[in-house]
Amino acid sequence: MNWISNYVRPTINSLFSRRETPENLWTKCPECGTMLFHRELKDNLNVCTSCDHHMPIRPRARFERLFDGGIFTEVPVPAPIPDPLGFRDQKKYPDRMKAAQKATAEKEAMLVAEGEMGRTPIVAAAQDFDFMAGSMGMYVGNAMVAAAERAVQKKRPLIVFTAAGGARMQEGILSLMQMPRTTVAVEMLKEARLPYITVLTHPTTGGVTASYAMLGDVQIAEPQALICFAGPRVIEQTIREKLPEGFQRAEYLLDHGMLDRVTHRKKLREELILITRMLMRATPPVAGDLPAPPPSAAPAAPAAGTAPA
Amino acid sequence: MNYLDFEKPLAEIEGKAEELRALARQNKGMDVEKEAAALDKKAEQLLRDLYKDLTPWRKCQVARHPDRPHCKDYIDALFTEWTPLAGDRNFAEDLAVMGGLARLDDKPVVVIGHEKGHDTKTRIERNFGMARPEGYRKAIRLMDLADRFGLPVVTLIDTPGAYPGKGAEERGQSEAIARSTQTCLRLRVPMVTVVIGEGGSGGAVAFATANRVLMLEHAIYSVISPEGCASILWKDAEKMREAAEALRLTAQDLMKLGVIDAIVPEPVGGAQRDRAATITAVGKAIGKALGELSGKSGDKLVADRRRKFLDMGARGLAA
Repeated sequence: MNWISNYVRPTINSLFSRRETPENLWTKCPECGTMLFHRELKDNLNVCTSCDHHMPIRPRARFERLFDGGIFTEVPVPAPIPDPLGFRDQKKYPDRMKAAQKATAEKEAMLVAEGEMGRTPIVAAAQDFDFMAGSMGMYVGNAMVAAAERAVQKKRPLIVFTAAGGARMQEGILSLMQMPRTTVAVEMLKEARLPYITVLTHPTTGGVTASYAMLGDVQIAEPQALICFAGPRVIEQTIREKLPEGFQRAEYLLDHGMLDRVTHRKKLREELILITRMLMRATPPVAGDLPAPPPSAAPAAPAAGTAPA
Repeated sequence: MNYLDFEKPLAEIEGKAEELRALARQNKGMDVEKEAAALDKKAEQLLRDLYKDLTPWRKCQVARHPDRPHCKDYIDALFTEWTPLAGDRNFAEDLAVMGGLARLDDKPVVVIGHEKGHDTKTRIERNFGMARPEGYRKAIRLMDLADRFGLPVVTLIDTPGAYPGKGAEERGQSEAIARSTQTCLRLRVPMVTVVIGEGGSGGAVAFATANRVLMLEHAIYSVISPEGCASILWKDAEKMREAAEALRLTAQDLMKLGVIDAIVPEPVGGAQRDRAATITAVGKAIGKALGELSGKSGDKLVADRRRKFLDMGARGLAA
């Protein structure tokens, strides 16, 4: 018995468990509990195939499906001085940063890229909720400024996908100052008369909502996304009553006039192409499948005939 | 006099002196003045020591002191012809935000500020200085008015934060704050802000995006309250002392970080000990800042303000 339970069984178990269910192959939908195969989920843009629940999607994965042929060029973001306050809670801020970088394989909480979307040249920025809850500190401020400057320089629309727990506490007052700072970035676009479109994804809260997220020329949200200034828990503690069903969700904000549209992630790209092209007074998008761009083509080069008037 | 917890030893000494004097008033012929004067002196020294090097958490307590002069006190004392203007033209009048026309040294300006109230009744009326979207939209309306008629804007910041309520969220608290910050950035007239008490997060930034940002010596300005920060990062709201320390929310740290332009000194023992002197000092500082900005063109004011906020945070505390 001993030999079997101590040696044979663990060996068999480890063999089978390793072969049959390596980690991350299956994801359980947090909404309906369906087990989703990773490839299927990825093809469906991290939206549950059985209940349409929108799970988080990382910036790179989003951009791969947003830009034509998945081709985009990263726009460099100037690095801010690290840990400006020498912040320490239970952990040191630089240690938290290192852990986040290791866990996400990203430098920071926002990715900026340029390329073409339906043959429409754009600049896009996306916030990464997996990186310290997408929180807005100096880097995210720099990213917004870099994105706006690039859009103005190349006369392109800017599309920003927001997702954040708010401002990054570890940068204290400097994270708060990113609210006016990112607003200056938005002002650059408005002055240059370039479309600024925000896509609010789950969750968009606090200082991010109360600055660049809510200043879009067009504001679109993904279904069921939580969008708020103060979170539901804080409000319940303040007013001491239960909040209504669906409070602060995308559909609720749409009802209250805070958004232009709530759009399924799979329809988002198509819609963004229509809107940006109309706002840029470009020709209607080409119907049908677009030919894949030649692999040698520089992805940043604007397509002929789509330059803004 | 309201004493803060760290002022308890002071309260004892001052209480004793007061007792002695009361005793002497009842019994003629009793001479206690010498003893009382000695106590006064001791109290004064203690006060000086206590306030010489206030810890960040003690600064939070001083900044929230109920006897500290509030927005209304400054408006009453510093401005003439105060004419409050009400309402956001959309939904309601928000008493957490005072706003209107007034003269400062005979020159017309638009004044906007958070008012916390001074007793239970007014505190409830003013919602403890926590504005709803209507307050920010009123501020936007008044800033636009100032812009059109070429009047400088003076704002006084004293708020725990924007109000976290159901209606406030439904009516677009985030949008109102974002739009208010944007309006600040577009003003073609001089704008001066003084953080007189608590600069609470987005609710403060919404009308503190100014050409000159001044701060009282013991005021605080932070992305989150120390209690809120402690409950999130330490998972224990009682760790507010540590959080206050880490957040760098004092005027002195903000000056080093380049977030504010000047510190307005407070009397020994804080603004609450000599309200009149504090108000006068703030008035002088506003006058000086407005003087520096007068004569600049609208374009220059807008460009300078943008540059100021774009450059913010380029250096850390080390600078």
